[in-house]
Amino acid sequence: MLNALWLIPAAPFAGFVVNGLFGKRAGKSFVSAVAILGSLLAAIFGTVAVFQYHALYPHGERYVDLVYNWFSSGNVGADVAFQLDPLSVVMLLVVTWVGFLIHVYSVGYMHDDTGYFRYFAYLNLFLSEMLILVLGSSYLVMFVGWEGVGLCSYLLIGFYYKTDYAPAAGTKAFVLNRIGDFGFLIAMFLMFAYFGSVDFARVSQLAAGGGVEPWLLTAICLLLFLGATGKSAQIPLYVWLPDAMAGPTPVSALIHAATMVTAGVYMVARSNVLYRLAPDAMMVVAVIGGATALFAATIALRQWDIKKVLAYSTISQLGFMFIGVGVGAFSAGVFHLVTHAFFKACLFLGSGSVIHAMSGEQDMRSMGGLKTKIPHTYRTFAIATYAIAGLPLASGFFSKDEILASAWATPYFPTVGKIVWALGTIAAFCTAFYMYRLLYLTFDGKFRGTHEQEHHLHESPSSMVVPLWILAILAIFGGLLGLPEIFHAPNFIGSWLAGAVPEIPGAHHLIEIPAGSEWTVMIVSTLIALAGWWVARSMYKDKQLDTDRAIEQRVPGLARAVENKWYVDEFYGATVVGPLKQLSIFFWRIVDGIIDGIAAMLGYIVAGIGDLLRFFQTGNVRNYALMLFAGVVVFIWIFT
Amino acid sequence: MPSTQAYLMLSATLFCVGLIGVIIRRNMITVLMCVELMLNAVNINLVAFSDRLSSLEGQIFAIFIITIAAGEAAVGLAIIIQLYRLRTSINVDEARELHG
Amino acid sequence: MNWNDVAVLLPEIIVTIGASLLLLGPFLRRKPRPAGMSLGLGAGQPAEVSTGDESAKWWMLALLVITAISLIGVSWAAEGLALSAGFSQMFALDAFSIFFKLLFIVVIAMVALLSDDFLRESRYSAWEYYSLLGFALCGMMFMASGVNLITIWVGLELMSLSSYILAGYYKNEEKSTEAAMKYFILGAVSSAILLYGISLIYGVCGSLNLMDIEKSLSTLISNDALMFGIMLLAAGLCFKVAAAPFHVWTPDVYVGAPTPITAFLSTASKAAAFAIFARIFYSALHDFHLDWSNVLATVSALSMIVGNLAAITQTNIKRLLAYSSIGHAGYVLLGIISLSDWGIRGILIYTTVYVFATLGIWATILMMRRHEYAGEEIDDFEGLSKRAPFWAFAMVIFLLSLGGIPPTAGFIGKYYLFSAAIEAGYGWLAIIAVVMSAVSIFYYFKIVVAMYLREGKEADMVITRPLQVVGAVALAVTLIFGVLPAPLITQVEQSSHWMATRAAVPHVGR
Repeated sequence: MLNALWLIPAAPFAGFVVNGLFGKRAGKSFVSAVAILGSLLAAIFGTVAVFQYHALYPHGERYVDLVYNWFSSGNVGADVAFQLDPLSVVMLLVVTWVGFLIHVYSVGYMHDDTGYFRYFAYLNLFLSEMLILVLGSSYLVMFVGWEGVGLCSYLLIGFYYKTDYAPAAGTKAFVLNRIGDFGFLIAMFLMFAYFGSVDFARVSQLAAGGGVEPWLLTAICLLLFLGATGKSAQIPLYVWLPDAMAGPTPVSALIHAATMVTAGVYMVARSNVLYRLAPDAMMVVAVIGGATALFAATIALRQWDIKKVLAYSTISQLGFMFIGVGVGAFSAGVFHLVTHAFFKACLFLGSGSVIHAMSGEQDMRSMGGLKTKIPHTYRTFAIATYAIAGLPLASGFFSKDEILASAWATPYFPTVGKIVWALGTIAAFCTAFYMYRLLYLTFDGKFRGTHEQEHHLHESPSSMVVPLWILAILAIFGGLLGLPEIFHAPNFIGSWLAGAVPEIPGAHHLIEIPAGSEWTVMIVSTLIALAGWWVARSMYKDKQLDTDRAIEQRVPGLARAVENKWYVDEFYGATVVGPLKQLSIFFWRIVDGIIDGIAAMLGYIVAGIGDLLRFFQTGNVRNYALMLFAGVVVFIWIFT
Repeated sequence: MPSTQAYLMLSATLFCVGLIGVIIRRNMITVLMCVELMLNAVNINLVAFSDRLSSLEGQIFAIFIITIAAGEAAVGLAIIIQLYRLRTSINVDEARELHG
Repeated sequence: MNWNDVAVLLPEIIVTIGASLLLLGPFLRRKPRPAGMSLGLGAGQPAEVSTGDESAKWWMLALLVITAISLIGVSWAAEGLALSAGFSQMFALDAFSIFFKLLFIVVIAMVALLSDDFLRESRYSAWEYYSLLGFALCGMMFMASGVNLITIWVGLELMSLSSYILAGYYKNEEKSTEAAMKYFILGAVSSAILLYGISLIYGVCGSLNLMDIEKSLSTLISNDALMFGIMLLAAGLCFKVAAAPFHVWTPDVYVGAPTPITAFLSTASKAAAFAIFARIFYSALHDFHLDWSNVLATVSALSMIVGNLAAITQTNIKRLLAYSSIGHAGYVLLGIISLSDWGIRGILIYTTVYVFATLGIWATILMMRRHEYAGEEIDDFEGLSKRAPFWAFAMVIFLLSLGGIPPTAGFIGKYYLFSAAIEAGYGWLAIIAVVMSAVSIFYYFKIVVAMYLREGKEADMVITRPLQVVGAVALAVTLIFGVLPAPLITQVEQSSHWMATRAAVPHVGR
């Protein structure tokens, strides 16, 4: 298996081709069989490869499988090659197995959809591209997967293209990701220009070898991080992710929670050598991560759409991961990535099950009392909520705790580290609060929907329930992978990933967390999480919606701002997308006094340039001749 | 025999007259004539340089230009006739259906 | 008479004779056409369609095949000669020109296939049409091979005159005639500007031969007349490649011309212009790089910005592609500005991949065509993924290639050009280029959104065999050179080797 790593992404790709060509005519069982087989084969191939790899390279050396030389010119070139190292292994296992579970779940969820074959074809293609992303041995191959998952993501967000909002959401995701990709591209060109290579190991080696200008490393790291903010939905490019919930729910679980959106975290962890040599860039990552974690968590506090809460929660959790990789605790960031994949996939699939049961209703105000109607969904959802809230001994508890402890103890920027820790801790409180609010509003109290919906309430088929339980179990016990040092138990994931974080001169290695601060942070986190849970319980378990009405009466302005997601969407709508059409909305917002004037100018200028260019295109040939003449004059003027 | 500079001045003047003619005249025939004027300005340049450098290349080029200018005129007149057939006018200002 | 020279010219001779014979096609047919048939532009009503016109396409393709074979034969025979310049150093058959000539032949063949439907529907004479395409090809081949400014200019004019007529080939359409008129006037003016520049260069260097110009420039200190000449020459060339601020003709002509001719103008004609652009600036003017590079850098930046920003607000797809082609001209100019082996390779690679992706797009557009100008709005693409899933997918690949997203071929081209710019110290230009590529993806994506995420109209599509062939070839090239670019790159390295060595000559001038 090791000398044919390309088979791993090829398996789902074959599924995509078969379903794309024949799926339209074939039956649903054929389509789902092909799709599941594709993902299962990828998972099996991947697992076999991991075992072989572990047997051959027990210390986590890098194994590269060269497929062929892509192009080379002189001493610069790029290969199509796949690699396995501790980091890739972790991502590979998560992506293939979670991907497989979600394929299985989708069979039940999408059963009545007319676009059945299209859905599975896209899903297979996504899996294939995601595997290229995590297995690629250079930034370039990674970028191929990066763009590929993006394309699938847009197509799947816009899957329900007959609605008004889904195509718009797809376009939005696309545009914001382009901004991020621009950073990634420039970073790659810089690497080519200064290192002559984009191979991970080669770039790291040259960067660590010394003699590289610090500004260059900082620039590359910041540009890469710009790419990460787009793909992983961080401030300032996060606004596409909540809208991405327009896609089918299993897609939200797979692409917009468990795998694709974590690509940015993976990239930063992958580039850990560069980042450790550029602490300034790391600080930016950590601060942006902390700010996003808190910001998104506050927005989640007052959302009504069950998927929107989870979407903002995802953004917030991704912020935690960036805190982890930003403060230098790369293994902690990746550990949280793994546990988050378990519990967030479980939550999304659970919410899908709820929506399925509610005949498509997503508003929590119409739910309530579902505890007894859909017991399996309720139990798995409660378990995953327990895990994400960071309550003791579940997976989220250990991973989040390790991140916060590392932020507290980071040697790179001790003062800022404390601030980031504070941001994260407050965000953790919010997390526990909004998740339990969601749980109580959905499953406790009385049913608030229509009579018809109540009549149709039913537990989902076993193809949906089984993946839920598997993920729920992982969400509880996944934490055992990375127990903290103070427990005197082996930290599997930490020691495993240590191989991916080489020691380099002039930079810190792994973060040593003093036992004292570890205990302190752990106790504080636990108390905070318990407080969040307790507040949510006292406010929502019995009183349900009354609480929110009361809040609205007391602090109307702030509540509305939070409910409207701090108006950030409107800000982007006015500046980036469709400047002409949005301009009017935009000025109206200015009157609202929310968006600042510089951004107004930007949108206005872009629209103005378009108008100006059209104005010059008069259609009169004599004017064109005049412009020709003017062009020549300008030429000569520039020259002299 | 005037100096090369004098020829250059003449040709530059002719060239500018031609260019300005294209910009300000509305009648397509006049525009065509102005284009020919510009080409002939180039010919003067080439021949003057050819004389000064005692190199024949410039004169050969001038003959090529004259030949092709004739072809160009043929194509131009054909387009003018077509324009007139469709619009009964050869005012270039009136042909502005394509814009933006 | 030197027979070696004639042998070197064989492909051009064949094209010339062939194109002339095509013009006589109607008379050579078994059943002569009734009286009153048309020849040339000014004639009256379009001739009645007869089955004889069908064979014109096959004769044209046969001519192209023979030309290609003779070209390959000649180049094989002439191998070993680094630069076999014949006819008193007027005409060179080198690897660079062979690369472009083969490209032109393939592109003209594809344009001929694209034209099939249009000719059948419009009922204009196919013989004249193909004959003009043949003459245009001849002109382009001379452009690629010209090492003397006379040859280059004559080739350029032959191509331009043919394309003026072709742009107005819808004789009864005001738009088409208007396009021809605009193209003609502006083309003639730009040609005069170019010539004026050439005459000044001739006056300073004392020769029209590129090698002699290079030699005399290496000993020359900059002077005003020379710089004036170079600037005017550059302005004329920028017009031909449709770079801002000399781009104004592009949108109008692209929209007005018959779609297959728009395809020709946006691919072959542009590629030929870039071939001479690169040839002149790499082999003759490299010593004055410092002087012209800033001007061209400005042009490049302006083209990228104007082209891509103006494209955003367009709804007509021909106009959108016109503006986007202005942007692409800006990218290719990066290769000329950087004046390095990477730059020249970038030009060749990018031209190739751009040409094929663009032809694929035009083929898809022609499938949507219902009658003369219809099927050209972005709205017409709505729901294409339902009506023709394969072609919708192919269209996505073409657009991704134009946007430069791996693993399509467009990425490789952009990669070479942008790296060349960075390497040559034009980091700011590379940044503009990357930003503008990001912008371009936005409007390309409008088409993808229309195809995949909108309800389709029930418009009929005409997917004929020739269009399928063109689309399939373009798709294959775009994908294969994206995934496996090594053969193309090797070929390009050989073809540009001589030019690259010119670029490496130390700059003595200033």
